[in-house]
Amino acid sequence: MKRKLISALISASLAFTGLAHAQAPKAAAAPAGKLSNDTLKIGVLTDMSGLYADFGGPGAVLAARMAVEDFGGKMFGKNIEVISADHQNKPDVAKNLTQQWFDRDNVDATFENLNSGVALAVTALGKEKNKLTVVTGAASSRLTNDSCQPGTAIHWVYDTISLANVVGNAVVKAGGDSWFFLTADYAFGHSLEKDTGDVVKASGGKINGAVRHPLNATDFSSFLLQAQTSKAKVVGLANAGGDTVNSIKAAAEFGITKSQNLAALLMLITDVHALGLNTAQGLYLSEGWYWDMNDENRAFAKRFEARNNGKKPNMNQVGVYSAVSHYLKAVRAVGTDDTTPVVKKMEEMPINDVFAKNGKLRPDGRMVHDMHLFLVKKPSESKGPWDYYKHMGTVKGEDAFQSIEKSQCPQFKKG
Amino acid sequence: MSLSKTGVLYIAVLALACAAPFIGGYPLFLMKCLCFALFACAFNLLIGFTGLLSFGHAMFFGMAAYIAAHSAKVWGWTPEVAIIAATLGSAALGYVTGWLAVRRQGIYFAMITLALSQMVYFFCVQAPFTYAEDGIQSVPRGKLFGVISLADDRVMYYFVLAIFVFGYWMIHRIIHSPFGQVLKSIRENEPRALSLGYEVHKYKLLAFVLSAALAGMAGATKALALGLATLTDVQWQMSGEVVLMTLLGGMGTIAGPVVGSTIIIAMQNYLSGFGSWVTIIMGATFVVCVLAFRRGIVGELQHFLKSRSNKA
Amino acid sequence: MTEIFGVPIQAFMGQLTIGLVNGCFYALLSLGLAVIFGMLNVVNFAHGALYMVGAFFSWMLLKYAGIGYWWALILAPIGVALIGIAIERTMLRWLYQLDHLYGLLLTFGLALIIEGIFRHHYGSSGQPYDLPEVFRGAFDLGFMFLPKYRAWVVVMSIVVCLATWYIIERTRLGAYLRAGTENPKLVQAFGINVPLMVTLTYGAGVGLAGLAGVMAAPVYLVNPTMGSSIIIVVFAVVVIGGMGSILGSIITGLALGLIEGLTKVFYPEASNTVVFIIMAIVLLLRPAGLFGREK
Repeated sequence: MKRKLISALISASLAFTGLAHAQAPKAAAAPAGKLSNDTLKIGVLTDMSGLYADFGGPGAVLAARMAVEDFGGKMFGKNIEVISADHQNKPDVAKNLTQQWFDRDNVDATFENLNSGVALAVTALGKEKNKLTVVTGAASSRLTNDSCQPGTAIHWVYDTISLANVVGNAVVKAGGDSWFFLTADYAFGHSLEKDTGDVVKASGGKINGAVRHPLNATDFSSFLLQAQTSKAKVVGLANAGGDTVNSIKAAAEFGITKSQNLAALLMLITDVHALGLNTAQGLYLSEGWYWDMNDENRAFAKRFEARNNGKKPNMNQVGVYSAVSHYLKAVRAVGTDDTTPVVKKMEEMPINDVFAKNGKLRPDGRMVHDMHLFLVKKPSESKGPWDYYKHMGTVKGEDAFQSIEKSQCPQFKKG
Repeated sequence: MSLSKTGVLYIAVLALACAAPFIGGYPLFLMKCLCFALFACAFNLLIGFTGLLSFGHAMFFGMAAYIAAHSAKVWGWTPEVAIIAATLGSAALGYVTGWLAVRRQGIYFAMITLALSQMVYFFCVQAPFTYAEDGIQSVPRGKLFGVISLADDRVMYYFVLAIFVFGYWMIHRIIHSPFGQVLKSIRENEPRALSLGYEVHKYKLLAFVLSAALAGMAGATKALALGLATLTDVQWQMSGEVVLMTLLGGMGTIAGPVVGSTIIIAMQNYLSGFGSWVTIIMGATFVVCVLAFRRGIVGELQHFLKSRSNKA
Repeated sequence: MTEIFGVPIQAFMGQLTIGLVNGCFYALLSLGLAVIFGMLNVVNFAHGALYMVGAFFSWMLLKYAGIGYWWALILAPIGVALIGIAIERTMLRWLYQLDHLYGLLLTFGLALIIEGIFRHHYGSSGQPYDLPEVFRGAFDLGFMFLPKYRAWVVVMSIVVCLATWYIIERTRLGAYLRAGTENPKLVQAFGINVPLMVTLTYGAGVGLAGLAGVMAAPVYLVNPTMGSSIIIVVFAVVVIGGMGSILGSIITGLALGLIEGLTKVFYPEASNTVVFIIMAIVLLLRPAGLFGREK
C-alpha cells in the first residue's frame, strides 16, 4: 500500500512538473504582442480594513482603477487588469501575496504598498524578481536611502524628510520659532524629530525640549502638559495615525491650542475629517495635494468622491492615480512592459498630471514634486465638509526633498 | 515488519509533504504553513498536554524571529546556528516568564502570560535593533552549514520541512515519555499529582520552557524562510491566532494543531481580498469551536472513528 | 528628558490628577470584570470590545438621532447591557459546567467579531465626538489647569464604583449575589432564580464597560481598536488586585492610574510597561494579588 501510494505521488508530481515545463516556453514565445504573458496586470496592495484603511485602502484601489479607465482601459489592444489585496499590515502576508502575484499571476507592477514594514519587504522582493514596485503611502525615507532599490522601486508621494523640511521651514518662517516635540518612542518618531529639529535650527528657530511617548499611548494629556510648561510656540507632533489624532484631541481639551500652535508632521485630510474642525483648527500640516487648490483638482475630487462614499481623496490616493497613469504612459511609449526600459522611460518623461506639475523621477527612485503647507481652518471659516485647509505656502520639490547628493543609497552615495 | 495504521498515515503524509512543491504547492506558502504548524504544536504541548493556557506565546515566536534575523543579517551567522541561538534565546525568555507565571493557575495564568508578552512587545517596539515598525528586512537565508545555499525556495522548503519533522518528533517523544505522563496527570488533577509527591511547579515550568523553545524554533525558521521579522510576530493578536489554530484542529491531539494552523493560514492568504471579514470569520470560528466543537477537527474525527469501532 | 523634575509642584499635581482620570477608567473596567468573574467565573475578554461599543453607541446616538451626551450616558450602557444579556443567554450559559478557560476563549472570539464588525462599517481612523457644551473649558485650580470634563469623569466614576460596591456588599440583593457565588444550588433551593440573577449580573457588568465607553468617547478617539488596547492593561490590574474583592479592584485601578501618571513625568519611556512591571513584582511577593484569596 505504502509503495503504491508513493509511486502514485511520484507519477502525479512528474505529470505536473511536465505540464509546467510544457507551458513555460509557450508563454515566452507568445507572438507579436509586446506584453509579457499577453496582459498588463497591475496589483494594488494596501491596508483595506486596518489602521490605514482611510489613508490608502479602497480609495487607493479606486484611484488605480480611475487611472486605468482614464487611460482608455487597453494597452496594445489588450485589457489592462487591476487586482488588489489586503496586506492586513503584516509584512509577511504582504511579501507572500506579492510573490504569488509576481510568480503565478503575472502581475507586472504593484502600487500603494503603504506601511513602512510592508514597503521595505515588497521593494526588496521587487528587486529580486525585477518587477516594478511603487510606494505611495509609506513615509520611511529609508526607501531611497540605505534600503533603496534603484531601477525597480519608486517612492512617489512623500517621505519623512520632505515633511520635516516643509513643516519645519515654513512654520519657523510663519513666526513659530521655538519648538517642543511630542515624539513617538521608536525609530520612526526619533528620525522625524531629528530631521525636523535640524531644519528648525537651520531656519533660525530653537528647540525647547522633547518628550517621548510610547507607541499607541491612549492618553496624551500628561505629555501635553509638559509641552505646555515648555512655553514653546509650536508643539511638533512627531508621531502618526491614532497617536497624532489623540494628541490633537487632548491638546484641544487642555486649551493648549489657545497659546501654542500644533504642527503635525504626518497627517492627511482624511485625519482632519475624522477629528472635526472644532478640534483640529489651527494645526499646521504638509500635504502634496489638496482638492480645493484649482479647478483641475476640484474636478478630479468630484469624480472621485462620487465613487468613494462622498469621501474626497487625500494626497496618497491621488498619488496612486498619478503613479499608475505615469506607468501606463511609459509602457505605451516604450512598447513593452519590461521593467528596466519602462523605468528608464518613466525617469525621462516629466510628470504632469492632476497630482504633480513638472514632477521628476530621479534614478534613486525618488519622485520629486512640490509640497504645500496648510493651516487647518476655524469652524467659522469653513463652508462645509472637506473645506478644511488654508494654503500657507508651497515648497519647491528640490527644496522639499533630500537631494540625491545627500542620499545614503549605496549606488549614489558620495564619499 | 508490520506498520501500525498511524505509522502508514504518517509516512503517506510525509511523502505528500515531500512531493508538495512539485504537485502545485507554492513553496513560500507551504513553508509558512509548516512554521505555524510547528508553532501551534509547541503551544499545544502546553494547553493540550499540561492544561496551561498561555495567551502570550507570540513573545517566544516573535522574539526568536528577531534573534534569528539579527544574527543572520548583522552577524552573518549560518542559518542552523541562527536558529539554534534563537531557540535557546526563547527558552531563556520562557524560563523567566514561566517562573513568574506558574505561580498562578487557570485564567490568571492566561492573563499573566498575556501581560508579560505585551511587555515584550513594547520592548521590541522601542529596542533599536528591531527597527520597530519597519522590522528586520531582507534577512539572508545564507548557506546551511556554510555549504548548501538555501536561496532557492524549494531547497529552503526541504530545510523547513526537516526542522518541522524534528520538532514534531520531539513533541511526540516528550508526550510519550514518563515526563509527559506526569504532565498529563497534572492536567487531569493537579492536587493529586501534588499529593503523589511530584513537584508540580517544576514540571509545569519545564513544560513551559520546552514549549517556548519549540515555538521559538518555529519563529526563527519563519524569519529565515520569509526573510523578515516584524512586530506582527510579537503582537498579542498572534497569541490569539495560535490559540485558535490549536482549538480548531483539536487541543490535546498531536496532529490537530497542524490541521488547524493550515486552515487558518490558508484563510488569511486566500481571504485577503475580504478585508475585515477575516477578523470576523476568525472570531466566529472561535465561537463555533467553543460552543459546538470543543474537540476540534482531529479530535472529533478520532472520536467518531473510535465510537464506530466500538459499535462494530 | 526628565528636566520636568526641576519644575515645581504644579506639573507634578497636574500629572497626578490626570493619572487619577485614567485610574477611573481602569477602576470602572476592572470592577465590571470582577463582578462578572465573581458570579460567572468567566474572564470576560469581550469587556474591551463592549467598552468600545459603548463609545460607538454614544457617537451613533448623536450622529443618527441627535441624542446628546446626557441621554447617551443612560441609553448606551443599557444598549451594551442588552447585548451582554443576549450573549449570556445564547452562548455563555452553555459553558458554566466546563473549564473556565472556555469562557475566556468564547469571549475572545466575540471580541474579534465585534471589533471586526465595527471596523468593517466605520473604518478604523476613528470618529469625532465633541465635548458637550457644559464641559468646555477648565477649572483653574491655582496649581493646575483641570479641564471640567476630566473632573466630571473622576467624580462620576467614583460615585458609580462606590454605588456598585454598596449594592453588592450592603444590600439584600447583593447578599443574594454573594450567596449565589458561594453556593448556587442552595440559593436556588431558597426560591431565588439564580440563572436570571446570573444573566442580569453579566448585563450589569458589561453595562459598566459601556458606561466607561461613553465617558471615554469625548476624551479619546472613538475607534474600533480602543477596546483591545486597554483590556490588556486592565487584565494586569486585575491580576495585581486579585479578583476576590470589589473594593480591591476599585482601589487597584485608581492606584495604578496614579502610578502610571507619575511614570509619565519621571520616565515616560516606561509608562506603557510600568503596570506590567508592577504585576511581576506583585506576583513575586503575593501571588494571589493584593486583595485576592488563593482559590
